[in-house]
Amino acid sequence: MSTAANAGFSLLANLPALQVVVPMVAAPICTFLRFRNGPWAFALLVSAATFWIAATLLMQVLSGGVISYEMGGWAPPVGIEYRVDEINAFVLLIVSGISLIALPYALRSVEREVPRDKHHLFYAAWLLCLCGMLGITITGDAFNIFVFLEISSLSTYMLLASGRDPRALTAAFQYLVLGTLGATFILIGVGLLYIMTGTLNIADLADRLGPVSDTTSVRAAAAFLTVGIALKFALFPAHFWLPNGYTYSPSAVGVFLSATATKVSIYVLLRFQFTVFGDIPAFAELDFATLLLPFAVVAFLVGSTVAIFQTDLKRLLAWSSIAQIGYMVAGIGLGGVDGLTAGIVHLFNHAITKAALFMAAGAIFLRVGSMHIDKLAGIGKTMPLTTLAFVLAGLSLIGVPTTVGFISKWYLILAALQHGAIGYAIAALVLASSLLAVIYVWRIVEVAYFREPATDREVAEAPLSMLLPLWALTIGCFYFGLETGYSVDIARAAAQSLLGITP
Amino acid sequence: MMWTELPPGLILLLGGVLAAVLPHHGRKALMLVLPFVGFWQLIDVPNGDHAVVTLFGAELVGSRIDSLSLVWGYIFYIAALIAGIFHLHVRDRMQDVAALTYMGSAVGAIFAGDLISLFIYWELTAVTSVFLIFANRTNASFRAGIRYLIVQIASGVLLLGGLIIHWRGTGSVEFGNLGLDAPGGLLIFLGFGIKAAFPLLHNWLQDSYPQATVTGTVFLSSFTTKMAIYTLARGFPGQEELIWIGAAMTAFPIFYAVIENDLRKVLAYSLNNQLGYMVVGVGIGTELALNGAAAHAFTHILYKGLLFMSMGAVLYRVGTIKGSELGGLYKSMPWTAGFCIVGAASISAFPLFSGFISKSLIITAAAEEGYWFVWLILLFASAGVFHHSGIKIPYFAFFAWPHQAQKTCREAPLNMLLAMGIAAVFCVGIGVFPSYLYAILPYQTDFVPYTGSHVVTQLQLLLFSALAFAWLMRTGLYPPELKSTVLDFDWVYRRALHRVWRATVEWGSETSGALTGGMRGWVNNVIGVAGRLGRPGGLVSQTSKPGTGVLWLTAMLGLYLLVFGL
Repeated sequence: MSTAANAGFSLLANLPALQVVVPMVAAPICTFLRFRNGPWAFALLVSAATFWIAATLLMQVLSGGVISYEMGGWAPPVGIEYRVDEINAFVLLIVSGISLIALPYALRSVEREVPRDKHHLFYAAWLLCLCGMLGITITGDAFNIFVFLEISSLSTYMLLASGRDPRALTAAFQYLVLGTLGATFILIGVGLLYIMTGTLNIADLADRLGPVSDTTSVRAAAAFLTVGIALKFALFPAHFWLPNGYTYSPSAVGVFLSATATKVSIYVLLRFQFTVFGDIPAFAELDFATLLLPFAVVAFLVGSTVAIFQTDLKRLLAWSSIAQIGYMVAGIGLGGVDGLTAGIVHLFNHAITKAALFMAAGAIFLRVGSMHIDKLAGIGKTMPLTTLAFVLAGLSLIGVPTTVGFISKWYLILAALQHGAIGYAIAALVLASSLLAVIYVWRIVEVAYFREPATDREVAEAPLSMLLPLWALTIGCFYFGLETGYSVDIARAAAQSLLGITP
Repeated sequence: MMWTELPPGLILLLGGVLAAVLPHHGRKALMLVLPFVGFWQLIDVPNGDHAVVTLFGAELVGSRIDSLSLVWGYIFYIAALIAGIFHLHVRDRMQDVAALTYMGSAVGAIFAGDLISLFIYWELTAVTSVFLIFANRTNASFRAGIRYLIVQIASGVLLLGGLIIHWRGTGSVEFGNLGLDAPGGLLIFLGFGIKAAFPLLHNWLQDSYPQATVTGTVFLSSFTTKMAIYTLARGFPGQEELIWIGAAMTAFPIFYAVIENDLRKVLAYSLNNQLGYMVVGVGIGTELALNGAAAHAFTHILYKGLLFMSMGAVLYRVGTIKGSELGGLYKSMPWTAGFCIVGAASISAFPLFSGFISKSLIITAAAEEGYWFVWLILLFASAGVFHHSGIKIPYFAFFAWPHQAQKTCREAPLNMLLAMGIAAVFCVGIGVFPSYLYAILPYQTDFVPYTGSHVVTQLQLLLFSALAFAWLMRTGLYPPELKSTVLDFDWVYRRALHRVWRATVEWGSETSGALTGGMRGWVNNVIGVAGRLGRPGGLVSQTSKPGTGVLWLTAMLGLYLLVFGL
């Protein structure tokens, strides 16, 4: 294992710390760069660096096993431990990768949607948010998770409110109220665990929880943690902050957050559910993920249904996100290697699919100036490349074979079918929900291709800086739908390591 | 590996992709050349499984060449060529691409040796073919296309569900003889049944085909349903339920075909009725019956294509296809009229035409196995077919009451005539020299269609049916409003049967109206409630009040504390 105690400073040995420190230090620097495109270029550079770190870490983990890094040389459980295994290395890669690909896209979109004099603050908040999410993911310390959660939440409130739309302010405020509540729940949960065990290190917690597991305090801790985290990934009915937040915020924020924020929170759920509470017999019969299952089913049914009736494209996508989160949680709730694989692989698959869709929506907003679906008539003729990418990514959302969405649903249904009659019912509901997705994607296709464009003004194709990231993700939806070696194998390895199964 | 061992569907599919970027003449050249390339591949490749890959731990067989799949492969390529010629004058990239990819996926489905590949091709046929309906670019065709797509996708979803259950139950995805009792068998059966237009699952066919473009209907009529018949023959041969389903299919569309005014819709009903014969053949499942199903699929594609082509030519020249607005076209479109009559004679199974030599196989098989009731239904349906497709179609289109405006219209374009001519040559050729068709059937056969009893039985049926039609026309009893009459066994019973039929049709349409009305009301209610809850500002999608969010969050926490605290 690599530690900082090795002679001298070694870049490769200190990657876990750098993963968080680089964006954290970069954020304040960013506020000083007040010239045109300066903050953006700097953020892009930092993002590229974090992506490189995440990729290197993943490769190190895959070849050399779990990395344990002692912050400041203090050994755990006293010091803070950064711990990288298959699953969080995977999430780190998703988060930093989406940031890297969303930033080139953000340039034009932010120019249009964020006042010029706020750009340096916007990109600083972006980097802080990135730092917070990477920190949540990489740390092996329960309290540290809370700290980074707050960092990412505070910067998220700022990002959500940074646009010109005044409704974004109330949306951000709403998220502030709910997010604070959720964070408080998490803090209460962590506090209860600390009282009962005297430790905050996650690996240590798992060891010491055994003797006291059958107490009300620990159970209450589990309940508080689950509900608090569920709010963060917007599980129905704790989804209230999400639709308005994504609808009224700048498009680039929607791209970034929809693909990362909820995924990180689901990772935290997995961490607590399996690493901390996983081995405890008292939770074996009715673990709290199983209790999430009914919520997940309602989430994907309600999410898909409500999405059909939306008149605002971004809000439609937001509701579809609520449905897709339902699929992920359903996979986790079903449990077993197959269920977890389905949930984890959908983290990745949904990240690229939804990022592509929000990108297309943002590009359309840039040109049309409205997200009302009726205003998109004939957009397939005026913005052919953008619309085609939207439709292709929409196919992935539906789960058409050869797309990543199909891979996710495939494993989800396989997992469901292992659970007898209830499993068959869930599988049927997943299929029904996919049909609902056909309807809401089709609504856009119909408006975009089969209605005549409004003739009163010219709409041009989106700029290249938006099209390239958009198409990169769209092609990714198909590439990873055919070449499942990376995503599914890593997800399966992560699921096995969470369940403590050696492959 | 030789190129011929690649999955056969790829030729047309890749051609379709290529057509997306080629100019008009390039696309047409593809449509004419690729069927020959495909045919060559089928002749060249040895029997057996090819293009086997393992994916997700399942063995996928991209190309299974055996005597059953080859029959469909041959006829699909013949149909592709004929339809391609018929389509030659159309300048529409969307239709060219849709037609090529659609035919490619249908061919691919025929040669798919496993259920997963089959599913992929199955959905591809749905997604590609719908553009042939959209291509009409009218509001009605758009709506019909959407309804068509929903039904077709639903069929694919059933197939997918069945195949997953089957895979889990048996550990294999091989597409062999499944049977209803196999795990997932029922779902797969229903998935096939939708595309084969089983009774009550059939409406998509009559709904969508008449809405497609002039040439699009010709493509559509050849592939989807026959692909479904193939999958039934492969997966459920000898499944007794199929006999009764098929018998019902042969009989019920007749009533509707008789009263229908849109002549392409009449053909859609009679298409459904012809599928019934094949389904019966598959259900009986003897070598003779399966040969019959295959042979009937073969001849049916040709003569049904011919009829749709002739009606398409009329629609193309006159601009309407309503029986009540047509008539007298034999003067201005003599060739089309002649080809239409050849198609009509074939579908009515006149001796020396192709329908006769394939239908006899099935009817004889039913008799041999002792299904006398089914045998009777099939005979009755034969007479009915003659009535609505054999007489009604050519009569109303080309003879009947001439309309002044149509005397000036021109004969169909040359490429249409050529396509119809080729199909007509096949219809007569197969009828006169059946041994060539019998030689490629799945099983060896020494069946002789032209025995005295076959010919005499058939001629009697045809004569009485014609007599009835003529008598009704003479006495002025046959406007399309008159919901009547398939006269087959004895005209003496005509009145009684007429009343019974009429009552049955009325009762049936009332009942089905009430049923669909009830269903529709129920569905509308669900949509209405979902809409009220889900529309912006509705109860569920209302998310702007933080208080509500806090309330729900607290409720969720309360539930968890309750569950874990106990």
